[in-house]
Amino acid sequence: MLRQIEGSRAVAESVALSRPEVICAYPITPQTHIVEALSELVRDGHIKPCEFINVESEFAALSVAIGSSAAGARSYTATASQGLLFMAEAVYNASGLGLPIVMTIGNRAIGAPINIWNDHSDSMSMRDSGWIQLHAETNQEAADLHIQAFRLAEELSCPVMVCMDGFILTHAYEQVDIPTQQQVDDFLPPFEPRQVLDPQHPMSIGAMVGPDAFLEVRYLSHNKQIRALERIPALNREFAAIFGRDSGGLLRTYRSEDAETIVVALGSVNGTIQEVVDQLREEGHLIGSVSLCSYRPFPTEAIREALEAARRVVVIDKSLAVGMGGILATDVQSALMGGVPFLYTVIAGLGGRTISQASLRDVFLKAEREELSDVTFLDLNQDLIARHFVRESKQRLSGPTAENLLRDITEIAARIG
Amino acid sequence: MFQVRFHGRGGQGVVTAAEILSLAAFQEGQYAQAFPSFGSERTGAPVMAFCRIDSRAIRLREPVMKPNCLVIQDATLLQQMNLFDGLASNGYILLNSKHSFADLGIEATLEAYPADRRITVPATELAMEYVKRPLPNAALLGAFSALTGVVKLEHVLAAIKEKFPGSIGDANAMAARMAYDGVLQAQEVPHVTAN
Amino acid sequence: MPATTVKFYQTGTFTVGNRLLSIDQQSVQSEPDRSNALNCGHRACQGCGEALGARYAIDAAMRSSSRNLVAVNATGCLEVFSTPYPESSWQIAWLHSLFGNAAAVATGVAAAARVKGKSAVRVIAQGGDGGTTDIGMGCLSGMFERNDDVLYICYDNEAYMNTGVQRSSATPAGARTATTPAIGSVPGNEFGQGKSVPLIAMAHEIPYVATASVANLRDLEQKVEKAIVIGGARYIHIHVPCPLGWGSSSHDTIKLARLAVETGLFPLFEAEFGEITDRTVIRRKQPVEEYLKPQKRFAHLFRPKRDADRISMIQSLADHNIRRFKLEA
Repeated sequence: MLRQIEGSRAVAESVALSRPEVICAYPITPQTHIVEALSELVRDGHIKPCEFINVESEFAALSVAIGSSAAGARSYTATASQGLLFMAEAVYNASGLGLPIVMTIGNRAIGAPINIWNDHSDSMSMRDSGWIQLHAETNQEAADLHIQAFRLAEELSCPVMVCMDGFILTHAYEQVDIPTQQQVDDFLPPFEPRQVLDPQHPMSIGAMVGPDAFLEVRYLSHNKQIRALERIPALNREFAAIFGRDSGGLLRTYRSEDAETIVVALGSVNGTIQEVVDQLREEGHLIGSVSLCSYRPFPTEAIREALEAARRVVVIDKSLAVGMGGILATDVQSALMGGVPFLYTVIAGLGGRTISQASLRDVFLKAEREELSDVTFLDLNQDLIARHFVRESKQRLSGPTAENLLRDITEIAARIG
Repeated sequence: MFQVRFHGRGGQGVVTAAEILSLAAFQEGQYAQAFPSFGSERTGAPVMAFCRIDSRAIRLREPVMKPNCLVIQDATLLQQMNLFDGLASNGYILLNSKHSFADLGIEATLEAYPADRRITVPATELAMEYVKRPLPNAALLGAFSALTGVVKLEHVLAAIKEKFPGSIGDANAMAARMAYDGVLQAQEVPHVTAN
Repeated sequence: MPATTVKFYQTGTFTVGNRLLSIDQQSVQSEPDRSNALNCGHRACQGCGEALGARYAIDAAMRSSSRNLVAVNATGCLEVFSTPYPESSWQIAWLHSLFGNAAAVATGVAAAARVKGKSAVRVIAQGGDGGTTDIGMGCLSGMFERNDDVLYICYDNEAYMNTGVQRSSATPAGARTATTPAIGSVPGNEFGQGKSVPLIAMAHEIPYVATASVANLRDLEQKVEKAIVIGGARYIHIHVPCPLGWGSSSHDTIKLARLAVETGLFPLFEAEFGEITDRTVIRRKQPVEEYLKPQKRFAHLFRPKRDADRISMIQSLADHNIRRFKLEA
């Protein structure tokens, strides 16, 4: 049923329809509305049987999910930013144990400096943990991906992160088609664990594995991600057949077939990018875009196929590989394997900085004219940076950068009166 | 696409206003997107919320930079920030105040904008009368409907009642209706406040 | 503790005493068809108090739960020596996740059991002092606060033994560890505030808290059996000497455990909902020196010369316990 609702609510309702059995929650902006809605849905009997457990930290949240998943219950939690880092040990533990936990990440920047707004640094920090990572472009996709995630996770015995941009998606009201319980049941069968903690059939799970077998265990998790490259598009098609829309899959192209310039990005910024692509197309520019949904596994072949005919690629990257460039950009670059298109990295949106149509348009046109640096920080306040360097050259400063920048902003004020 | 930017202070229901507007537009068969400016809001701090309405799916994710309509829930913000930044030259302005633009001393600054597209509304007074709380958002939405015609009053009222259950919804809907009527009356006599 | 009119004390073997008890009070270990949950072949050190304590505790839990048991183990000696991949000593459903999260993982297992309608399943979380009093404290407190249906058992050997005998918040005052070496003006562990997890557990007012020792294995079994059938959060803290870490002879494990009890340094008691309900009175009080001398981790208190001040401070701690827990006969 078509509803005008908040993204978080849409996700909560999709998770509810997926019949989770244990939900554990620790609140962190911007995921709070999801877990609040789920606590309501459990309390008023919409999800039965289900246990909702309020835990004392994110580390506990994922740990509870590990226990319940190992005992055969479909388990869910959600977090972001600092919370994801706090549970980092458990993140690796869950994938190492092959537990099909689904977790929402309300993408948010990681401090210091503390920042509650959107970028991709949090999920990126766990990109090599062995979890599957899917990015939603819209709230519809965010809702749909959770349903697909449970299916994917349980098929592969691999946990899945569904990433959605904090605030931009989580707190936005828009139209979402919430499926029926029947549709979800047709798509998602009950959880049948491969190995489970059962007193009647006891086994030891989680033993130490030495040098003689560890490599093999890791190879198998690598192999799971490779297999996911097939399963993700297959589930996307199956989902379309039951629910009647295209959600998920490895990636989506937009007007890229004859494009000379192709823009690549993860998540909600693709909407704005597509608007700019349309404007530029109208003016005769051969430009298109690729919205990447599956970040892990990284669809190397599909990306290469989508980009190889272009002259240049612009990656709009909400994650900074400090000292190197962009995290997404680096992965895209390696997929191209020195192939034809030249790649421009545009670091944008960090800490929730607006990515405007105007700025994107400007940067795409510059790329076309090959006037763009290899790595650009979109809308960087050059003046502020310059003044900081001047001050730094005059006296050795140490300490928090943000607080030091304030001196440029407040120095003048301090001189008045 | 019709873009609305709401300005107000935390606690005045600015975010809810945008959400209700999006609900109303949805009920009218439109696509709508509503989201807040995501500041670290606390009661009293300036906040913004945005609503886009269009007949096709809305893909844009940036804040509303070029609003077609400004809804200002708190007149004290006029002194503090340039609320009119980016407002379309034929844009609408809805200001929560029992005074006229002239009385507020800003008639001159608004010369650039069409006179029949701006109006002040005593939304807080209406809210106090019907809802017994100084939450001007519902009244302003009723006024919005009258001023712009972008959404019909019946959908605004239905959206208000969906958002606020029971008697609270009815009271807010009443405030909205009164504001709507007020604006229509005032439009028959231009440059008069909707009172 | 059960109401028996005759007390049986260990004289060398329990055989005589056990035979004279009623069936339901006989040691689990005397049953030929006991679950043997921690089977032989594990890699624990000779004389390991933890292996002994765990075997008794889990077999008792298995009997009391009609073998409907799942155990979640924190990282530590017990986990490492019991599961040298690809072998496992455990004959029960067993999960090891991380160092600090055993309590939380157990909460999840218990929730799953409820959701699946398997309410008879009993869940144990177990770990050493490191995983319990330090890194696991957050999750432990959360589990207590929610009154999750988990029995947490801490095997306290008073240091991070698995990683090479480093100091934990359970390390007693004055003890030498690799990170509180016996050098400098104040050798050995600080004389700090101490951290009594049983008292912290009692502060959470959970249904059952108990301390136990491998010195009195029957008492240990009975406490576990009692705890298993209670619903809600429960905590048992077991004192388990570590010959390697304590620098004691492997044949002195039980003797040292008994001395810890008889000096008053390790009080044995039970509590329910924050109130002490029973205690083991000290039959023959021993001076702390008798306990400290056989352990090389306290050698610096005696050589090159007797540190009368610190020994006296340790004695005060013991006397304080005796007063506080009313351990005097």
